[in-house]
Amino acid sequence: MDSALIPKGAKRCPFPVFATGIAVVGAVLLWGVYAMGLCWLKGLNQTNMNDYYGFALWIWADLAVIAIGGGAFFTGLLKYVFGIDELKNIINLAVVIGFICYSSALLILAIDIGQPLRGWFIFWHANVHSMLTEVAFCLSLYFSVLTIEFIPLILENRQIDKVPFFHNLSHNMHSVMAVFAATGAFLSCFHQGSLGGVAGVLYGRPFAYREGLLVWPWTFFLFTWSAAAYGPCFTLTVTKLFEGITRKKLVKDNVVHILAKISGWMITTYIIAKIIDTIYWAFVTAPDMGFSLIDFYSNNSFYGIWILFAEIVLGGIVPAVILTVKKYRENNKLLLVAILLGVFGVCLNRWVMVLQVMAVPVMSFDTWALYVPSWQEIATTILPVAYGVILISLAYRYLPVFPQEQELYDAK
Amino acid sequence: MTQDNHGKAYKFGMVIDLDKCTGCGSCMVACMSENNVPFKEDETNKKDSITWMKVFKLTNGKPFPDTDICYMPRPCMHCGGKGDHGHSPCVSVCPATATDYGYDTGIVSQIYTRCFGCRYCMGACPYHARYFNWWDPKWPDGMEEYLSPSVSPRMRGVVEKCSFCYHRYQAARDRAYHEERRDNIEEGEYQTACTQACPAGAITFGDLNNPEHEVSKLVKPDTHQCGKPRNPKAFRLLERLQTNPKVYYISEREWVRKAGDNYRDGEWEKSK
Repeated sequence: MDSALIPKGAKRCPFPVFATGIAVVGAVLLWGVYAMGLCWLKGLNQTNMNDYYGFALWIWADLAVIAIGGGAFFTGLLKYVFGIDELKNIINLAVVIGFICYSSALLILAIDIGQPLRGWFIFWHANVHSMLTEVAFCLSLYFSVLTIEFIPLILENRQIDKVPFFHNLSHNMHSVMAVFAATGAFLSCFHQGSLGGVAGVLYGRPFAYREGLLVWPWTFFLFTWSAAAYGPCFTLTVTKLFEGITRKKLVKDNVVHILAKISGWMITTYIIAKIIDTIYWAFVTAPDMGFSLIDFYSNNSFYGIWILFAEIVLGGIVPAVILTVKKYRENNKLLLVAILLGVFGVCLNRWVMVLQVMAVPVMSFDTWALYVPSWQEIATTILPVAYGVILISLAYRYLPVFPQEQELYDAK
Repeated sequence: MTQDNHGKAYKFGMVIDLDKCTGCGSCMVACMSENNVPFKEDETNKKDSITWMKVFKLTNGKPFPDTDICYMPRPCMHCGGKGDHGHSPCVSVCPATATDYGYDTGIVSQIYTRCFGCRYCMGACPYHARYFNWWDPKWPDGMEEYLSPSVSPRMRGVVEKCSFCYHRYQAARDRAYHEERRDNIEEGEYQTACTQACPAGAITFGDLNNPEHEVSKLVKPDTHQCGKPRNPKAFRLLERLQTNPKVYYISEREWVRKAGDNYRDGEWEKSK
């Protein structure tokens, strides 16, 4: 039915099967859209946030998707700036994931603010001292860059490519893509970093506050580094997910292994920095404010010291070891464990730096502020996931996302 | 510092004597009435009720008969921020400059029509002094007639907080200008609603920069240490965070002063 749109020679499931899958995910998407509409029309009273707990579940999702979408800028940097050519076979996927993640992040921000129609004030009345201002500028600009990076792939659709103008446009855009990749990496350093800065500058919140360099707290650098380190884990996770669902090899092992190796070394350096940061914070920064480390992990029913262990050991040291040791990362099962733990680790870090920050009491007579999200919050948090599944499925079906797909199929 | 008062900057602040406070809540009521603070039909959930002035109840944690209670009124602290340079925790993070530090008054303002409701300032404030309008403000029929014309009601989706009754400062300033004494607002000319409403006289308000004002006499702020009180019975909430609030508390009771900040084991004894 839609075979004329499918890349030449590529095998795809029958259209009714595909359409049914999209319809199922589409229903989830509509559920999310309904919840989003409630938040916009009736206000944020639809959530379970309150004046003690002003950041919702979706803000964690916002930071998490930006972190795991970091594979786009980092893979682009490696391919176009550092010239690691093998990565051309996975860069398309990284770009599509990045586009989905960043568009989702912008959508979440639009739902999160109390006066969505005033969202543009962040640009118009910008406060240069605010990390959130930096986030808004760099995020919007980088999303534009990602759109530019995504366009050539769309133009490679079999039917669009037949139009000479689009064919040439795509070719010419490819040839200047290094400029956009470098711009994207530059912008990403700042928006990933400023997202880290959002928590790190809160000197009224000892759990979040970090000292730093000039105007940037250490979390600024840790967030950038962790997005570059863990982003490729998510790119590889999605690759494995596609290979599992389609039961086809889509990317050659050498490409997977080189990205896994780079990710492994990045995680190693990141987790060393993170451990140093944690030790300094626990023994110097927090005590200066009157807190012991255990104050942040006790007297409540959820946040125990286990979360610090899970983030640093399970989500940091374990994937770092697996991905840096050749025989481990070339073992498919261990590789899968490592990239999944990597995604888990970075998402947990973002959780801690947003939601736990709000939960920890600061005044001596205060209590922990734990909250349970409302269904509207859960639905709007799932909304970007459903949107992402639909967009990436469409991209896989109609665009040459995996350049090695045909070659690997023929060799089978 | 601006030219408005010939280069002389005010630093308005508040001193609350916790040993006088009975926890009656008059300050809260006066504040809500004065500032058109909206309320909910059902106020059961206090965590999303707007209370610019909130009275916390503290206990010394001891069993009867040694139990002791302290009521702690908490307005916005109007923090001067680190180094008292005006970079308050909330002001420095607001992405749209919707909250600002008045260098001529020391008051942290909130521009309701510019706030777009990101709530970053709420996350930054360790005192929970900032409140979000989760609902449209609604008053019972006819009550609109009783709203103060000097204070604009706020719309759904924006943050609000105590302004030290800034409209009263504006009125006092206008009067001083009219009477051609533009840099001289008398102590009694500008007082907040909560100060005037307190039946126990626990709240004192005035210019911390003016040694003649009662607030200065009570706490003796040390200008070399960002206003830290020299009165040993006075303290500021969370002094160690260096937020440099302009609200001071006084208590003869040691456990109350200790509750004003966080101390690790043995630190309080050393700090005395």
